[in-house]
Amino acid sequence: MRNTWLVFRREFAAYFATPLASIFIVIFLLLAGLLTFFLGGFLERAQADLVPFFEFHPWLYLFLVPALSMRLWAEERRLGTIELFLTLPISMIEAVAGKFLAAWAFAGTALALTFPFWLTVNYLGNPDNGVIVASYVASLLMAGAYLAIGSMISAATKNQVIAFVLTTAACFVLTLAGSTFVLDFLSAWAPTTVVEIVASLGFLPHFQSIQRGVIDLRDIVFFVSVIMIALTANAVIVDWRKAM
Amino acid sequence: MTHALHIEGLTRHFGSRIAVDTVTFTADTGEVLGFLGPNGAGKSTTMKMIVGFLAPTRGTARVLGRDVLQDPLGVKAAVGYLPEGAPAYPDMTPKAFLDFIAGIRGYDGADRRKRVGHVIELTRIEEVAAQPVETLSKGYKRRVGLAQSLLHDPQVLILDEPTDGLDPNQKQVVRELIRTMARDKCIVISTHVLEEVDAVCTRALIIARGRIKADGSPDTLRSQWGSDNLDEVFGRITRNA
Repeated sequence: MRNTWLVFRREFAAYFATPLASIFIVIFLLLAGLLTFFLGGFLERAQADLVPFFEFHPWLYLFLVPALSMRLWAEERRLGTIELFLTLPISMIEAVAGKFLAAWAFAGTALALTFPFWLTVNYLGNPDNGVIVASYVASLLMAGAYLAIGSMISAATKNQVIAFVLTTAACFVLTLAGSTFVLDFLSAWAPTTVVEIVASLGFLPHFQSIQRGVIDLRDIVFFVSVIMIALTANAVIVDWRKAM
Repeated sequence: MTHALHIEGLTRHFGSRIAVDTVTFTADTGEVLGFLGPNGAGKSTTMKMIVGFLAPTRGTARVLGRDVLQDPLGVKAAVGYLPEGAPAYPDMTPKAFLDFIAGIRGYDGADRRKRVGHVIELTRIEEVAAQPVETLSKGYKRRVGLAQSLLHDPQVLILDEPTDGLDPNQKQVVRELIRTMARDKCIVISTHVLEEVDAVCTRALIIARGRIKADGSPDTLRSQWGSDNLDEVFGRITRNA
């Protein structure tokens, strides 16, 4: 716990040591706003909810979140600090968890800074704030799943650009796996079981069901499992390819 | 008796290449052991296995009686290690960096501040302690790495090329530091500079192609190989390898 906290603190501060933190937050807020108002038709809908805001998060995260996760391990490898880091008296679990939680907390900070949307919608009407809270939970879980996958991929390379591109690709596939687009295509010829498996793997349906305000334990468990599996793989990869 | 360092048949393969081949030796407190060998001889690989960074293919290392395979965290807590090139987080200041390491080493509050202050003084990096590591010269960077390895006043110190790339004055500073610490520690340094062995080591292990080729004090090696010149001894040993 103690070491996880110390690693967390160092990693979290590292985001703010470079312009990455401010650039990320500004771009995230800007894009979230633009998408909500222009593509989402937030005002034209004349409905007091944040559906058009949250709807775009999976797509926004697709190319913003890998920018947070790409440095986690790839940078340590490139700088050689991984040799220092992993010869400190710290367990692999503490190391992986500390880094992941720092990235997640940073994503959470950016997400929390979208609170003016929530204030706006409350000023304009009477939204269901329960649904909005659920949507924030869904968005945070989705970011966590992307980050865990990104951290795992970052552990396999010393090149941050490669980590970024591969993470985006992997998350794109996982996000779309449950979309009607893919499922319609599959159900035309694949057996129902296959369609069901692919559907259950996709991030989108789980995200959407929590976002609608239905906090189903199964959806939460889904995201938590994805995070745990990716982080376990992350630890195995780091251990296995330490010296390369 | 428990040796400070007990290396037993340490072997590491990389694919079909054997980087370290059944290296066996012991070292005790008060010894400064020089790992001497050409580049690629297996010095760094051996050190990486001793500190628990790389898993050995065969054999094991014990530090103060703790086995690196069975108790890796125990070994990591006991040794101070300076990896090759003295890596440090570039956007941190030496002070913040040392504070982080000291925290992981288990120190808190006033104790931590005292430790950090002490190693900053010891390695003479006071004047750069508040500027980012990436702006530091090679010499200072190396000393920050050294400071990091000394935080917990370890009984066993493993230093991978501690003076590589330093100017003569900086080398002097680092060597003096090693000499002053030598009395109550077991120190292993790797180098390919022979003068270093004469300057600080009480004993030299000459390694070539992953095997120990010679083991003894610099004087013993000289008389054994019938030459006054360590360079010549080194050349003969490693050429025959």
